[in-house]
Amino acid sequence: MVDYFLVLIPRFMPFLLEGAVVTLELSLISMVFAILIGLLVALGRIAGGRVLGGLLAAYVEVWRNVPLIVQLLVLYFSLPEIGITLPGFWAGVLGLSLNVGAYLSEVFRAAIISIESGQRDAGLSIGMSRATVYRRVILPQALRIAVPTIGGYFISLLKDSSLVSYIAVNELLRNGMIVISTTFRSMEIYLMVAIVYFVMSFIASRLVFRVERWLTPAYLRAGSKVQIQQSASKA
Amino acid sequence: MSMSQAASTQKTAGKPDGAVVTIRGLHKRFGTLEVLKGVDLTIPEGKVTFLIGPSGGGKSTVLRCINFLEMPTAGEIVFAGEKLCFEENGRFRHAPESALRRARSHMPMVFQHFNLFAHRTVLENVTEGPVIVQGKPKAQAIEEGRAVLERVGLLDKCDAYPAQLSGGQKQRVAIARAVAMQPRIILFDEPTSALDPELVSGVLDTIKALAEEGRTMVVVSHEMGFARRLADQVHFVVDGVIAESGAPAKIFDSPENERLRGFIRSILH
Repeated sequence: MVDYFLVLIPRFMPFLLEGAVVTLELSLISMVFAILIGLLVALGRIAGGRVLGGLLAAYVEVWRNVPLIVQLLVLYFSLPEIGITLPGFWAGVLGLSLNVGAYLSEVFRAAIISIESGQRDAGLSIGMSRATVYRRVILPQALRIAVPTIGGYFISLLKDSSLVSYIAVNELLRNGMIVISTTFRSMEIYLMVAIVYFVMSFIASRLVFRVERWLTPAYLRAGSKVQIQQSASKA
Repeated sequence: MSMSQAASTQKTAGKPDGAVVTIRGLHKRFGTLEVLKGVDLTIPEGKVTFLIGPSGGGKSTVLRCINFLEMPTAGEIVFAGEKLCFEENGRFRHAPESALRRARSHMPMVFQHFNLFAHRTVLENVTEGPVIVQGKPKAQAIEEGRAVLERVGLLDKCDAYPAQLSGGQKQRVAIARAVAMQPRIILFDEPTSALDPELVSGVLDTIKALAEEGRTMVVVSHEMGFARRLADQVHFVVDGVIAESGAPAKIFDSPENERLRGFIRSILH
């Protein structure tokens, strides 16, 4: 079996890796849109009026309470019935962005709310506009708080993107299934698919960790506590 | 500050000239709770005005209404000759947000809990307003910011983050941040209440130095000894009104209002 596996790898891996590239494209593009959606929805819910806030809250609830696979099937198979036909890839991007965006909006909202109101007061009290207070004071602090959680969502998005195989997008899992349909070697091929997902996901989580470290400013890093004590005793 | 000078401020208080801020009939309601019930107050130019009184009496709310961090519900506030809020045909109106914003940049506030920008260094905290709000060239703002920090004795902390400072140092940076705006008035909201006792004097010295430069300041404080030494005019705020005003000697030594007498007695004990 091991021999046979070693034969299968060079034969089918290039095709699987083609799928993996699509998986990465799908995930990265969806993540960019999800972050934009999440941020705008969070700001809309905090600063928008009752009507806008209510609509956005409804969006978050609907998208969080319907399984992702069902959302994708609706986008790909039901929308054409009312005249909206999306290519599989973009239906996938739309579905993943809206789904992850709904979750991220809650992440951003929590991070923004966690910034104490004194920061806002301080910005306003030197004459900043509300928008400037967000741009210069609140968001830079809130985003840093949100980064680790956003990274976590990216890693699950990378794996959840496999559901897009159900709507005819030739990404990693679907390419694996295509190979299986001609070779009937489901055990080995699924294993190869699993390994590729693991490698991508593992590397992504290392990268997220790096970004996190890089974005963590001196004021939040370990060690500043020691300096606080030192400076306090000097004062 | 001499007694006669302090006493005279009460006289000039009524005149519009010499007043940076004039407040008439200020009301503030939070839901059903009426916090301010008609406050009349004049902030004279170049003088130090103290607001004292029991917690919950409304003194901080008066301060936060002056710079519109809280929007009043009724009354009139005139700042540097400009009506920022007023009554028109019995309806409360206020100047557009842009005008309020401009006014705020001339009267920065020093807060009880410092509220330094946590993600910015000490120097960046001080240059943020001049660069972002006033549009000063960065190099100039840095130069001026360093000069202001030197005056509060924290030039060596330029590149530190607020989390690396003691409470007293944070408050001195907050004062530097206000001074860097080259303001008409500085508003102090209980600047020493959150400090450890041994750090209070450093902050009070800094405020005193500003007073000696002849800056216009409004201070909400529980430091009665400090108020007595520094104030030109003291207002006793209780139950949403100013119950008594006067020079510190009068307020502290011969208070007329019953509540003020009780308040002074409770502090002395």
